[in-house]
Amino acid sequence: MSTVDLSRFNFTGGENAAPIQDLTALPAQDRERLVLAGIDVQDKHVSGTFMQLNHADVHCGTRHEGLELMDIRAALAKYDGLPQHFWRLLDPEKDEFTRLTREHCNGGYFMRVARGVKLAEPVQSCMFIKGQNAGQSIHNIVIVEEGAELHVLGGCATAHDAEHSAHLGITEYYVEKGGKLTFTMIHNWGESTTVRPRSAGRVEAGGVFQNNYILLKPVGDLQMYPGITLAGDGAVARFDSVIVAPEGSHVDSGNRIELNAPHTRGEIISRAVTTGGTIINRGFIGAGATPVKGHLECKGLILGNGRMHAIPELDSNQDGVELSHEAAVGKIAQEEIEYLMARGLDEDEAAATIVRGFLNVDIMGLPAPLRKTMDDQIRLLQCGKAM
Amino acid sequence: MLEIRDLHVSVHGTPVLRGIDLTIESGETFILFGPNGSGKTTLLMTLMGFSGYEVTRGSIIFDGKDITHAPMHERARLGIGMSFQRPPTIHGLPTRRMVELCGRGREMDITEMARRVHFDAFLDRDVNAGFSGGEIKRSELLQLMAQQPRLLLFDEPESGVDLENMALVGHTVRELLDGVPACCSATLRERNRNRTTSGLIITHTGHILEYVNADRGQVMYHGKLCCEARPRVILDHIANHGYQECLRCLADDSYGKIMEAPLI
Repeated sequence: MSTVDLSRFNFTGGENAAPIQDLTALPAQDRERLVLAGIDVQDKHVSGTFMQLNHADVHCGTRHEGLELMDIRAALAKYDGLPQHFWRLLDPEKDEFTRLTREHCNGGYFMRVARGVKLAEPVQSCMFIKGQNAGQSIHNIVIVEEGAELHVLGGCATAHDAEHSAHLGITEYYVEKGGKLTFTMIHNWGESTTVRPRSAGRVEAGGVFQNNYILLKPVGDLQMYPGITLAGDGAVARFDSVIVAPEGSHVDSGNRIELNAPHTRGEIISRAVTTGGTIINRGFIGAGATPVKGHLECKGLILGNGRMHAIPELDSNQDGVELSHEAAVGKIAQEEIEYLMARGLDEDEAAATIVRGFLNVDIMGLPAPLRKTMDDQIRLLQCGKAM
Repeated sequence: MLEIRDLHVSVHGTPVLRGIDLTIESGETFILFGPNGSGKTTLLMTLMGFSGYEVTRGSIIFDGKDITHAPMHERARLGIGMSFQRPPTIHGLPTRRMVELCGRGREMDITEMARRVHFDAFLDRDVNAGFSGGEIKRSELLQLMAQQPRLLLFDEPESGVDLENMALVGHTVRELLDGVPACCSATLRERNRNRTTSGLIITHTGHILEYVNADRGQVMYHGKLCCEARPRVILDHIANHGYQECLRCLADDSYGKIMEAPLI
């Protein structure tokens, strides 16, 4: 049962907003919000950029042959409704959010990298919400063709003044044979934002799907459970998530991997910290083929009065699979605090240092400026006092 | 530099230290012997200020300041540094960053420092993650080199260290205590004049004595200190007679230098 009243949000209006040629021309406050969602407003060092403001595609450009990037509505018109890729991995009848998005899709992007094209620089996509009660119901499609490589930096943010907004987002990922997709998503929502992404992906033989997810800022109510099916021999999927929930945030988030072909491997690693909010930390690895390997790790720290509910699941009926999980919910170890204190750090500094290490974003291989922005954000977290 | 007066310490309500009096002067290295479970480590942990070590009586004075109940980081900032025997792993904290933290803003060439303890290849690894016994020792020494303590607490520098590493550990401990590299040709007099770093070292095997200029030593037995002598003399005695002699010594006024009344 959902507690979201979708009639509160406006899913129409402003579809024909004027394009923004230069993202640096945005108001300073908006730019700041975007930077914290990982968006490079200078538009440098990227292969392409897509930005949607509420219901309008306001900025879209590619700098690379072999990369197609356009508004989903344009792509549906151009490619006869994208029969191979549109609503192929998700059931539009899944829930009220998918139903609404099917009935009224107000944006999203179509991104495709052609066979064998390896993009060295990331493509950034940004979903931005401004104003009161705005609702986005978008549909994204990402296709990495055979042997191609793509890194998407997906930043989602609300403006300072955006209140009671909703973001419903369908995303379908297709990684063809030997392709590699790295998808880094950074959320920078507001305290009253309702977020319901619905994502699924399919990876063919030898393909790799790496997903990074970072949520360091408050969010009203977020629920998502993206799933990847490894459909071809030797395909690999890995999810790395870093989640922080301050007081008032409700985050129900998990990742799902189906190992449906021999020699596939899946890994789900999540690190979550509550400083007063609720985190439901899910994970599921299912194996329908053998030999396969899967590992699930959810680690949670409770600082203050938050709640952490870890639900790791493994499921298989195959003889010879190797699946494991490791879940832990706890506080910062006194032993670690004292180790650092013996080196001259006070208790707050010690706690902050440990939390920073726990929420290690270095492993995600983010571009340097983005990693610095994320490190700075983690440094600002109030975890010292929570001991 | 360090003055311990009538120190009584309990762990989980059980008395472990039963009246320790010990003074260590500036530049002096003191060696602590004693059988397992006698309270040596408890003394070091108490000096550093670990939780769980409750001072029930007595006081600890460092540089004229009463630190009996001071928090750990204050002791560290005053100049007490400790090498951990089994330090915890801190995930996501690279060793290089840890060394930086130990330096508290002091300018250092960390790579060069690490090279001196053959640890430069480990700087990007999370601190203590999967380190072997010898690697832990070198990591601890590197951190102490950055911290530059004026009182060095070292629990069994020999444990888990092979012979080759023992020389490295030994020379590095000596440098930490002397303030100059052991290879420098400072005259003895110069060296003694420069020495302001003190040490309190626990040893079972005495290997460390081959590297440091230890002036004094004592045996801890059942929470009390006894038999003050030159460390070499104590070591030879324990090697020949074991700790049973200490028991006799403590029990009978006529043997050795008696520090305390007989134990119950």
